[in-house]
Amino acid sequence: MINENAKLNKKLFTQAPDMTPIRNGFGEGIVELGKENDRVVVLTADLKESTRVDEFAKQFPERFFEVGVAEQNMVTIAAGLAVGGKIPFVTSYAVFSPGRNWEQIRTTICYNNVNVNIAGHHTGLMTGPDGATHQALEDIAIMRVLPNMTVFVPCDAIEAKKATKAMTHIQNAGYIRLARDPSALITTEETPFTPGKANILWESKKPKVTIIACGTMVARSLFAAEELEKEGIGSVVINMHTIKPIDSKTIITYAKKTKCVVTAEEHQIAGGLGSAVAEVLAMNYPVPQEFVGVKDAFGESGKPNELFEKYGLGVKDIKTAAYRIVKRF
Amino acid sequence: MKEVERLSEKKLEYLYTVANRIRELVIESLLVAGSGHSAGPLGMADIFASLYFHILNHEPKNPLWEERDRLILSNGHICPVQYATLALAGYFPLSELQTLRKIDSRLQGHPHRGSLPGIETTSGPLGSGLSQAIGMALALNLDKKRNRVYCLMSDGEHQEGNTWEAIMFAGKKKLSNITAIVDRNNIQIDGFTEDVMPLEPLRRKYEAFGWNVIDVNGHNIEDFVYAVLEAQSVFERPTVILAHTIPGKGVRFMEQNYTWHGKVPNKKEAEEAIREIRSLSKRIEHD
Repeated sequence: MINENAKLNKKLFTQAPDMTPIRNGFGEGIVELGKENDRVVVLTADLKESTRVDEFAKQFPERFFEVGVAEQNMVTIAAGLAVGGKIPFVTSYAVFSPGRNWEQIRTTICYNNVNVNIAGHHTGLMTGPDGATHQALEDIAIMRVLPNMTVFVPCDAIEAKKATKAMTHIQNAGYIRLARDPSALITTEETPFTPGKANILWESKKPKVTIIACGTMVARSLFAAEELEKEGIGSVVINMHTIKPIDSKTIITYAKKTKCVVTAEEHQIAGGLGSAVAEVLAMNYPVPQEFVGVKDAFGESGKPNELFEKYGLGVKDIKTAAYRIVKRF
Repeated sequence: MKEVERLSEKKLEYLYTVANRIRELVIESLLVAGSGHSAGPLGMADIFASLYFHILNHEPKNPLWEERDRLILSNGHICPVQYATLALAGYFPLSELQTLRKIDSRLQGHPHRGSLPGIETTSGPLGSGLSQAIGMALALNLDKKRNRVYCLMSDGEHQEGNTWEAIMFAGKKKLSNITAIVDRNNIQIDGFTEDVMPLEPLRRKYEAFGWNVIDVNGHNIEDFVYAVLEAQSVFERPTVILAHTIPGKGVRFMEQNYTWHGKVPNKKEAEEAIREIRSLSKRIEHD
């Protein structure tokens, strides 16, 4: 059942939940930051509108830098701006940034240890018809291995706005993962958001399995939990909005409670949320784990929902994983 | 912004003496380190002496002084020359040069921001220094500050795409507070630049990207200082100084020999090198 303390959107489990692209929350957050803090600057690589920084550019033209199609230059200029006392946000599609410019991020942002914030847009299969070249499925893995890097994967637009605003207060570098198409609004303004602190969104009376999800898979995990409950399988759904630093305490607490874990992410299984959870469990409290994610494959063109079904990221896939792991005892 | 003063004969003599002292310190620290790069650091000694002992507005005892000029070393592998210069200028004790590349040292194999006073940015991976210099120049412009940003680059790193992205951007933004200084020594690890991947016509390429270009002999301190002065007087365009240098300058068996790009002298070679540097008249004759 829904954790009332999470103050979720009441329309979530209705026929018509509120839908908004996660990236819009970033766009709103960045404009508010522009008003609140004149150290905030924004750079984009020829993707002003689709990365939702057009409004910032309009309101703060002197603090907005268009670098053209040059993602390596974008993040290294940002590193220099940060050394000069600014708080830069850089935006592009995640396959290009942090994909193409990973070494520059590693050396000039992380090793320099400066507060540059990277917004990776068009992540995952949600990028749909553009096809596999533009569907970032590896970004969590390549960002979470970097020292001095915080990694956020917000589950909806409201959480994306909160995470964006939190990034300026984190002294080291940050990455935020943002999907393109409309996603269900799960949370509300009242939902708590603390970086590094996972949120329990669903907790059945006698849970048999813990589902840990991030980003676009959080809503699907909640829908799976609702169906599982009706079918007599109690569960816990955890929204792991911060992949790094990961909330080990919450993971261990619920692993002890349910003795098994399912992770769900719109990302390669290798190196993503599931791997991060597995690292915590293996070191502290090993329990069986099922991984819902992309299985070492590239995506393809199609509608997001079709792709989620085809690549094993649907509600039914989370349920199947839950059934499979509960039966492993 | 402090105007760079004209050089007196005496100051000029002094700078050449400093440059040769830097060369000695480079050889000594490379010998102890046992690995690293020799040719580049020796070739840039005259320019480093000019920058830190005449041109830059800086306070060695207050390395984060707000009014300082920024110096970014993009080709981090020549850091022994920067370390030697910083130590000589008083940023840290000369004795610390003996710790180069050793465990627990502040003198990392490639420079790391935060480890050592006077290091503005981490570098080593080529092609990202000019972009960071641009970021600093933009930050200074936003803050309406007139400090200058100097970016030292290698010629080889002009084979990196990132370098040209940065050159294009600085041209577009007319960042006249940036002076790039290219160590045009014609060598890189695998051979001569024009064999590995030709860079010429480098001047015309920069000009086409909207830069002011000045060619100088990188071992003629007088000419180099004049070039920096000219750069300060050019508005609406960034300036690049193409400093033509001799790799290994001051040690005859290293000069112009690309095999010394990425290796260090043994004890006997180091002794010979230092003897040679010391035997040079204070002012090295050119051409």
